[in-house]
Amino acid sequence: MDLTKLLPILAEGFLVSIKIFALTLLFSIPLGFVVSALKMCKIPPVRWIINAYILIMRGTPLILQIMFIYFAPTMLFKADAPPDRFWAVIVAFSINYAAYFAEIFRGGIQAVPKGQFEAAQILGFNKMQTFFKITLPQVIKTVLPSIGNEVITLVKDTSLAQVIAVSELFALAKKQASTQFSVMPLFVAGVFYFVFNWLVTLLFDLGEKKLSYYK
Amino acid sequence: MAMLEVRNLRKCYDDLEVISDISFDVNEGEVLSVIGPSGSGKSTMLRCINQLERITSGSVCVCGENMITGEKNGEAVYASADVLKKIRRNVGLVFQNFNLFPHFSVLRNITEAPVSVLKISKEQAEAKAMELLGKMGLADKAKSYPCELSGGQQQRVSIARALALSPQMLFFDEPTSALDPELTGEILAVIKELAAEKMTMVIVTHEMAFARDVSDRVIFMDGGVIVEEGVPSELFGNPKNERTKQFLKRYSENTFKGDK
Repeated sequence: MDLTKLLPILAEGFLVSIKIFALTLLFSIPLGFVVSALKMCKIPPVRWIINAYILIMRGTPLILQIMFIYFAPTMLFKADAPPDRFWAVIVAFSINYAAYFAEIFRGGIQAVPKGQFEAAQILGFNKMQTFFKITLPQVIKTVLPSIGNEVITLVKDTSLAQVIAVSELFALAKKQASTQFSVMPLFVAGVFYFVFNWLVTLLFDLGEKKLSYYK
Repeated sequence: MAMLEVRNLRKCYDDLEVISDISFDVNEGEVLSVIGPSGSGKSTMLRCINQLERITSGSVCVCGENMITGEKNGEAVYASADVLKKIRRNVGLVFQNFNLFPHFSVLRNITEAPVSVLKISKEQAEAKAMELLGKMGLADKAKSYPCELSGGQQQRVSIARALALSPQMLFFDEPTSALDPELTGEILAVIKELAAEKMTMVIVTHEMAFARDVSDRVIFMDGGVIVEEGVPSELFGNPKNERTKQFLKRYSENTFKGDK
């Protein structure tokens, strides 16, 4: 089979991968902010729950978490039917990445000097204004390189969705490879990931450059 | 008229009492300097009056508004959020480390609070900011970012930022301690100018010669209490308390030698 036939098949899978990628970012970044806020919360039981959540999310393989989200409803909770495969993947990815993002955000928020909050308080900014005008812009600058790291990892992690038979790029490439007795499809899939991550890297470099106007 | 009335102010961190029992007044147009060794509670007192620290007991009255309404179980009870907000609008604080917002230009550092807190139009706020920057000799720095300025320039911007909210009263928490002697001079000149305009100010400082020249009254603090209080000529020229004498001796040997 030549490339002209292979590429449309892989492109279709890549579209699914990008959907997983985009939806995960869409949900996990705001969720990560909420989790980081809860982790810094003054009520101990809330912190314990958040700590346990982060420990589990970072301490077990994502591939296992995907399987758990997909199989647990029927096997543990006696649901009639398993959840939608695609959305099971989105849920698993989102709660997993939120745990990582939460720790990055917490580091970023704690890196903002205390004096910034005091100055904001003295000038009369309310909590919302302080967060959006003073804290968040400085947090974004601090966390951007670490977020870039996670985002790049996420692009490659989308290939884990194959474990519950979601037809993303890697699953389709593997299928093509075995039917054709060729590693070519896998190699081409690798190029897809690589080029996409190259773009992601350029985007983050651009972001860092845009924020380099202050120290 | 007393702009600030502090009565029996106490501040404890758990069992550690850092301010024991402080009472003083500041009248309208008056400049009060607070001197004393490190750890004597000067800055903590300033932070208590500016609501950055909770006071343990006592009362603070700013421009006729009571910050503390009473006491319950040995803890001060604060006034309603509205009253506290009103008090906050009447006072400004200049920090030792400037605490400018690094991601905002000099101009935006000054205009942000008037625009988003006082709801003044952007044009009006910018006009006032430019006027203040002109006064600080920094009109050409409006578009710069804090990281591009010297420490002295940053502190002048932070004074302009405080003045932009038209406070009734201005507090300085060791405004020159992060600056080298040369830059210290620029800040002291600005504060002297404000004093000449009859701005009510409380200045915590280690600059003895400056405190002597600019203040109407000086408080010497040590160990969380006011040890001595008086007009500068008295307190510096003829201190009554042994501890004050001991503290000032170091300075009279160094600072005042060249003056005479």
